[in-house]
Amino acid sequence: MGFFIAQILTGLANASALFMVASGLSLIFGVTRIVNFAHGSFYMLGAYVGYSFMQVLPGAWGFWTSILLAGLVVGVIGIIVEMLVLRPVYKAPELFQLVATFGVILVIQDLALLVWGADDVLGPRAPGLKGIIRIMGEPVPKYDLALIALTPFVAFALWWLITKTRMGILVRAATQDREMVGALGVNQAWLFTGVFFLGCALAGLGGAVQLPKGGADLLMDFNILSAIFVVVVIGGMGSLPGAYVAAVLISVLNVFGVNYLPQSTLALMFVVMVVVLIFRPFGLFGREEVAGEHGQVGEPERPIKPAGQTARMIVLAGLGALAVLPLLGDSFTLVLLTDIAIFCLFAASLHFLLGLGGLVSFGHAAYFGGGAYAAALLVTYAGTPMELALILAPLAAGLTAIIFGWVCLRLTGVYFAMLTLAFAQLLWSLVFQWGDLTGGDDGLVDIWPSEWASGTTTFYYLAMVLCIGGIIMLRHTAHSPFGYALRAARDSQRQAEATGINTKHVQWVAFGFAGAMAGIAGGLFVFSKGSIFPNELEIARSFDALIVVFLGGVKTLAGGVVGGAALEGAKDYITRFEYWRLLLGLLIIFVVIVAPDGIAGTLRKWAESIGLMKREDQA
Amino acid sequence: MLEIKGINSFYGKAHVLNDLSFGVERGKVVALLGRNGAGKTTTMKSVMQLVVPQTGSVAFQGADITRMPPHKVAKMGLGYVPEERRIFTDLTVMENLEVGRQPAREGTVTWSEEMLFDMFPNLAERRTNRGKELSGGEQQMLTIARTLMGNPSLILLDEPSEGIAPVIVEEMVRVILRLKKDGLTVLLSEQNLHFAQAVADRVLIIESGIAKYEGSLADLQANPEIRDTYLSV
Ligand SMILES: Nc1ncnc2c1ncn2[C@@H]1O[C@H](COP(=O)(O)OP(=O)(O)O)[C@@H](O)[C@H]1O
Ligand SMILES: [Mg+2]
Repeated sequence: MGFFIAQILTGLANASALFMVASGLSLIFGVTRIVNFAHGSFYMLGAYVGYSFMQVLPGAWGFWTSILLAGLVVGVIGIIVEMLVLRPVYKAPELFQLVATFGVILVIQDLALLVWGADDVLGPRAPGLKGIIRIMGEPVPKYDLALIALTPFVAFALWWLITKTRMGILVRAATQDREMVGALGVNQAWLFTGVFFLGCALAGLGGAVQLPKGGADLLMDFNILSAIFVVVVIGGMGSLPGAYVAAVLISVLNVFGVNYLPQSTLALMFVVMVVVLIFRPFGLFGREEVAGEHGQVGEPERPIKPAGQTARMIVLAGLGALAVLPLLGDSFTLVLLTDIAIFCLFAASLHFLLGLGGLVSFGHAAYFGGGAYAAALLVTYAGTPMELALILAPLAAGLTAIIFGWVCLRLTGVYFAMLTLAFAQLLWSLVFQWGDLTGGDDGLVDIWPSEWASGTTTFYYLAMVLCIGGIIMLRHTAHSPFGYALRAARDSQRQAEATGINTKHVQWVAFGFAGAMAGIAGGLFVFSKGSIFPNELEIARSFDALIVVFLGGVKTLAGGVVGGAALEGAKDYITRFEYWRLLLGLLIIFVVIVAPDGIAGTLRKWAESIGLMKREDQA
Repeated sequence: MLEIKGINSFYGKAHVLNDLSFGVERGKVVALLGRNGAGKTTTMKSVMQLVVPQTGSVAFQGADITRMPPHKVAKMGLGYVPEERRIFTDLTVMENLEVGRQPAREGTVTWSEEMLFDMFPNLAERRTNRGKELSGGEQQMLTIARTLMGNPSLILLDEPSEGIAPVIVEEMVRVILRLKKDGLTVLLSEQNLHFAQAVADRVLIIESGIAKYEGSLADLQANPEIRDTYLSV
């Protein structure tokens, strides 16, 4: 009994920070309709800033003041981000907004590295609240009790702010009808900024308040992200009570999970989420969301045409060059080109979902890494030869995509994006925690191609054939009746349904197909590297592909391939800078605001008169 | 007081208002008449800059307000009462009024909640009810009251009689006449000629976004063929 209660108390204490961060995300979304993917970064900043204040402010008074100041400072940073990055993209399609916030993540990561260094920071203990109290014989940290007591105050303050103040009334009104609020004389710009301040301040408070329990490190941003998403999805986007109930539910479950099912703690919350979603698609306290008013990926693209004569010639010339390259090039170039081709296929498969399907998946790494792990596990445990593994990898990835897709496609828009990300994290956590099978953090090694394909040149040809074949297949599918149905479902679900297209079904098949294609890329990846580690499943990997598609151009068929080639090629160079994330983040933000058509789209505008596709079509 | 000069408004490529020009004098009630889809709502939105006219201009009290953000237009004293009511259904009556609140403005009545409850006694009993708990008529009253909280000098009333019971329409007539007596200028859109007859000084008839007739109500009554051509009675 005592043990049971102690566990619940720990869960409630953990829920405290989670609630603050999630409610901030929820608030921001309610008013601005932007899912702030950088919310985890503000949480991380809160922890670091709080830590810095605690270094200079002494005693219990200093400790709590530091936490408040951390919230304030992070709120102000939020204002800066809102004014510089988000204001220009409020009217942009959802994807652009999400990508812009991802640029913010990168920038904050490197700024934090710059300011606080790479070493983890040990959180100072709260003065006066060190040590434990025994409750029915079980030890409970005093600070946990303080957190449990604190949460209702935060919740109450929020409740008061939202229900009793003019600002809160305007926030709720704007959540329902922004245009009307503006027509009544309220300057929305400042309302948005105010809400962003509040939401980010909450994230900062959450980060600072958990310092004595978890300290601060540079991985905090991504680590909390999926938990926040799960909380808002379970609780219902925009609902504060929902955020609290879900935060408690997840945290308590987590604590029990650690004791009873240590391998599954991370997976557990996803299971709960899926169960909730099946019964209540918009969360426990949520309501149906209307699709973003500016669409998800922007204006419908122009009708896609088969490549023009010139474009075909250029592509053929490019292919010819790739074919003869091994005669001239050194093996370094071949390895680099193999990497690029694999990445291009991965990006092209995401582009297929995103550009054609309008399905903004934020967890595409699940299928790349999933294919890779499938191949690696087969080789490691069943001695499967490479040829068979390369066939089974896309099947496994496709099957995973079909299962995940079944849940994710129940929702649309930002919910869909959050769910895909959450599921990718689920797979990551399974691989990470199930060390006996997957090697956990140590990964799986010694997975080499079959004898005949082990030479650099042969493997280069193999990769080229499969990747280019895959890309051509994606392209063909785009031009097939299935591709048209997919685009019809994207542009107007109602019209598509009226012409007899089962839109959900089409999207589901597309999700599985794109997953399988990513799986081919994943399978090739394992054999080219000889090993696989969980980071291939990480959020950062999903974002890589997303950024690439975005930089390449969402609305251009070649976008994925162009972006993939450009980024993977540039990465070799750019990662030599210590602060390359900062550069990349700024570049992303710049592109979102200034050249939203991406590289391929912008090039196309320049070279409008030539054939439709350009030489970068095939890497 | 309000001068609209040659505005052309579009939804995407659809050309909805065509070189529309007209004016509203201070203290008058002008009715914008026309069939469903004639462009009445678009005219209202073009005045508010919720739809930005591509060419032409809108001037209010001598100042050009074309392309101004809607919140600034509202702050100048233009009150907008939308046709679909668009009250905040999750907010209470009092909170809905709060959203509309603006500082007092010289030359206009400064409204308080209590003054509004005097004018709309039904709402007074429902202060703490949420918008979604109100009847259609009550919602319509609330939309008007909410806009009045901004102390406007001119209000745009988009089809105030649409979809409400005849008794409430009567009340609406009473309210508009009372507002006019207080010195408020009103531009209202209507399909219901009887309602317009009860309140308007002047009418403007539009069809397909083109002005077809402008004149006093008496002239319109003397020309039944105009009425029959452009209005569905
Ligand atoms: N949001 C919109 N998008 C595209 N067309 C619209 C939109 N709103 C109205 N329209 C079109 O503009 C025309 C005028 O509409 P509206 O101003 O609402 O007319 P009224 O208010 O007189 O009924 C109609 O043909 C209508 O179909
Ligand atoms: Mg209308």
